[in-house]
Order: sequence, then structure tokens, then C-alpha cells
Amino acid sequence: MGLELEIIHVFRSYNGNPILRDCSFAFAGGRTYVLQGPNGSGKSTLFRTLALLEKSDSGRVEYRDGGRILAADLALRRRITLVLPRTGIFNTTVFKNVAYGLKIRGVSRAEIEARVNDALLAVGLGHKKWQRASELSSGETKRLGIARAMVINPEVFMLDEPTANIDSANTAIIEDIILKMRQDRQAIILMITHDPAQAQRLGDDLLLMQDGKIIPA
Amino acid sequence: MQSIIEGFAAAFRLIVTLNPELWRIILLSLEVSGTALMLATVLGLPVGAFLALRRAPLRGLVISLLNTGMGLPPVAAGLFLYLFLSRSGPLGFIGLLYTPTAMIVAQCILAFPIVASLSHAAIANVDPVIRQAAITLGATPIQESLAVVREARYSILAGVMAGLGRVMAEVGAIIIVGGNIAGYTRVMTTTIALETDKGNFELAIALGIILLTISFSITVALRFFQRLGQGGTSGN
Repeated sequence: MGLELEIIHVFRSYNGNPILRDCSFAFAGGRTYVLQGPNGSGKSTLFRTLALLEKSDSGRVEYRDGGRILAADLALRRRITLVLPRTGIFNTTVFKNVAYGLKIRGVSRAEIEARVNDALLAVGLGHKKWQRASELSSGETKRLGIARAMVINPEVFMLDEPTANIDSANTAIIEDIILKMRQDRQAIILMITHDPAQAQRLGDDLLLMQDGKIIPA
Repeated sequence: MQSIIEGFAAAFRLIVTLNPELWRIILLSLEVSGTALMLATVLGLPVGAFLALRRAPLRGLVISLLNTGMGLPPVAAGLFLYLFLSRSGPLGFIGLLYTPTAMIVAQCILAFPIVASLSHAAIANVDPVIRQAAITLGATPIQESLAVVREARYSILAGVMAGLGRVMAEVGAIIIVGGNIAGYTRVMTTTIALETDKGNFELAIALGIILLTISFSITVALRFFQRLGQGGTSGN
């Protein structure tokens, strides 16, 4: 039984502009949710709120484990992750980027080596392990961001537009990675896309962001 | 013209023959400036990082003071330090005046605002997405701050090199608090000033060449670190 996630009556506004308006939804473990909606509809704000990067004005985000509500602390943050649309790649090697999440958790060097290698192979960047991350293409950078998040085995895996502004070859690779994650993990996977066909290919549940609320598509 | 050529020839002889006096002066210069810079970095980097990462009270005022300190005239710094360290000054009992330690303190005072201010600018300029990425990967507040500082490391190093450039070329402060005592507090810049005054150009030219070489190396290193810093990426 993995994490359960529910957003309950959340309101969030920026400079008086309401973005999330009484937003509620329960996400079940082991399912992949694909969220669509026009620019500015609050998709990214929703993800940042779910990832505990932002606080809501009112309402709450509830993570439960076996029915028990979890505190929004470091222990919980280490069970979830969000791949940001601008990935936030560190100015170092590909390997060190992926190793970061494990290193800050105090994982042993040998285990880091093995897990990073696996994650890089999974995203097709094994051969670029010692290259500087700044030398990667846009598509490879997106894949690196996914590998960096994958390696920590998150129970809630959020991806904010993982295939935006990249070519079709890289898009296909990333879709394969997400499909494989769906099969292999009991995680809740949430992703944002503007491509309806991609949403169909990847999602168990298709959602739409409308008027600051999540509605089934 | 002839005397200039002769001066350069004699200077090269001093360098090539590893003249002991010349090397003693160079080593003392490097020791004084290196120690001062190390102290300025140990003190200045945390101050710069704190100002960039935390919204502390009087933050704006402290940043303005540091920026002003970057242009602090060495002679003025030397004068104030002299007043503190002189026998009748508040710190006169320590007996530091006319010692290499006093020169280190003087140069540290000059380098500190440069290191702190440029570190602050370097860290404050890191793309906010880096910090957010560290949080999404499970960083504690300290780990998240370290990730941001690490991202600015090359720009911070460039700031440290700028501090080194400042103290290596400085003469006003150390001549006041060091006294330019032969074999004890005489460094490259003060020797050049003294020997030029005396009309002994050989040693002055030799040290001038060494000092220019060091300055050039600092500039090359500065540019190298700046380029490495520009290699950073925050993703697409």
C-alpha cells in the first residue's frame, strides 16, 4: 500500500488573481493521471502545491499512508518529487546531477553508483555519464531531470510538461520512460501535457484544469 | 634608454640566477597576501552567502557598506589600522605594528569586502530554479543553501581571485602598518616603491616583472572561472 494523495478545498491566488478555486481531488496509488488545460489555468500551481513547494491560501494537501495523515515534513518530501518544467540542472556532470538526491539522503557510494547507472541507462544517457550537464541538448536535459527524480524512487512522481519544447525522438523516449514507470512502480504518477494524444497514450485518468478546479476530462 | 635596457638585463639576471633576496621578498609577499586572502574568504564567503540566502534585517545597509568597502583606499585602511595598532592605540598592547601579521590584517580588511560582496552577487544571481530543484529532490534547508552556493562556486572563485589581485598590487596599507623593514616586512610592492625612490632599478624591475606575471596569471584564472560559471545550466 503506497501513499495516497488528496487535495481538499484548496484556494490559491497571486496578486489578487485566483488560480486555484476550491480545488479538490483524490489521487489513488498506482495510477497515472494526466492533467491538461490552457496556459494560466493553474496546472503548474497545482503541482507546486502538491509538491509542497508552495502553500495554499486555504484548504489543504493531504498525504496518507495506510489511512494515517502524514505531516508535511522532510520525511514526506523525500517520498515525493516534482520534475520542474525548467529542470534546474546543476552545473556539474550528468552523474553528479543524478547522484544528488541519493547523496543528500546519505546513501553509500557503491549504492549511488549502481542506482545512478541504472537510472541513466533507463533514460538512455548511460554513455554521457561523465559529460557536463550543460553540454546536453534540450531533450537530453529533460531526460536527465527525469533520471534525477527517478533514482530516488518517489512514491508520488510529478512531471510538469516533461516533453515541452523538445523534438519527437526525445518525446518518444520520455513517453517510453513514463510507460515503463507505470508498469514497474506502485507510485502515483501525475503529469501535465498540452498534447491530447499523448495524454491518451500515457494516462489511466485524464483530468482537465478548468476555472481553478480539477475535473475528469 | 640605455639605462632602461641595462635595468631590464640586470633584472632578468636576478630572476634567472634565483637571487635570494628577490625570492625572499616574493615568498613573503605570497605568504602575506595568501594568508590575508584565505582569512578574507573564510570570513567573507559566509557573510556573502548569508546575505544572499536569508532576508536578514539591515541586509540592504550591509550590502551597501560592503560595496563601498570594495573601493576602500588602501592608504586610508592602513592609516586607521595604524591608529588602532600604534602603541597609544586601543590595540597597541598586542604589539602587532610593523609585523607581517599587521600586514595580513590590513590586506584582509581590503579583501574582505571584495570577497563578501562578489560572493553575495554570485549566489544571489543563481537561478531560483536550482533551489527549487534541490527541494523537490529532498534537500534539507542547509542542503538546499549549499546547492545554491555550489552552483555559484566558479563566480565565487572569480571573486576570490579579484580579491587576490587587489591585495597583491596593494602598497598603501602595508607600507604604513608593515614599515617596509628589510628581510622582515618588505614585500614586492613596497620594495618596488623604495628601490625606485633610491634609483636602484634592477630589483624594482625584476619584482615588477614578477608582479605583472602574477597579475596576468590572476586575470587568466579569473577569466577561466568566469567561463566555467557561464557554463551553468538550469535546464530548458
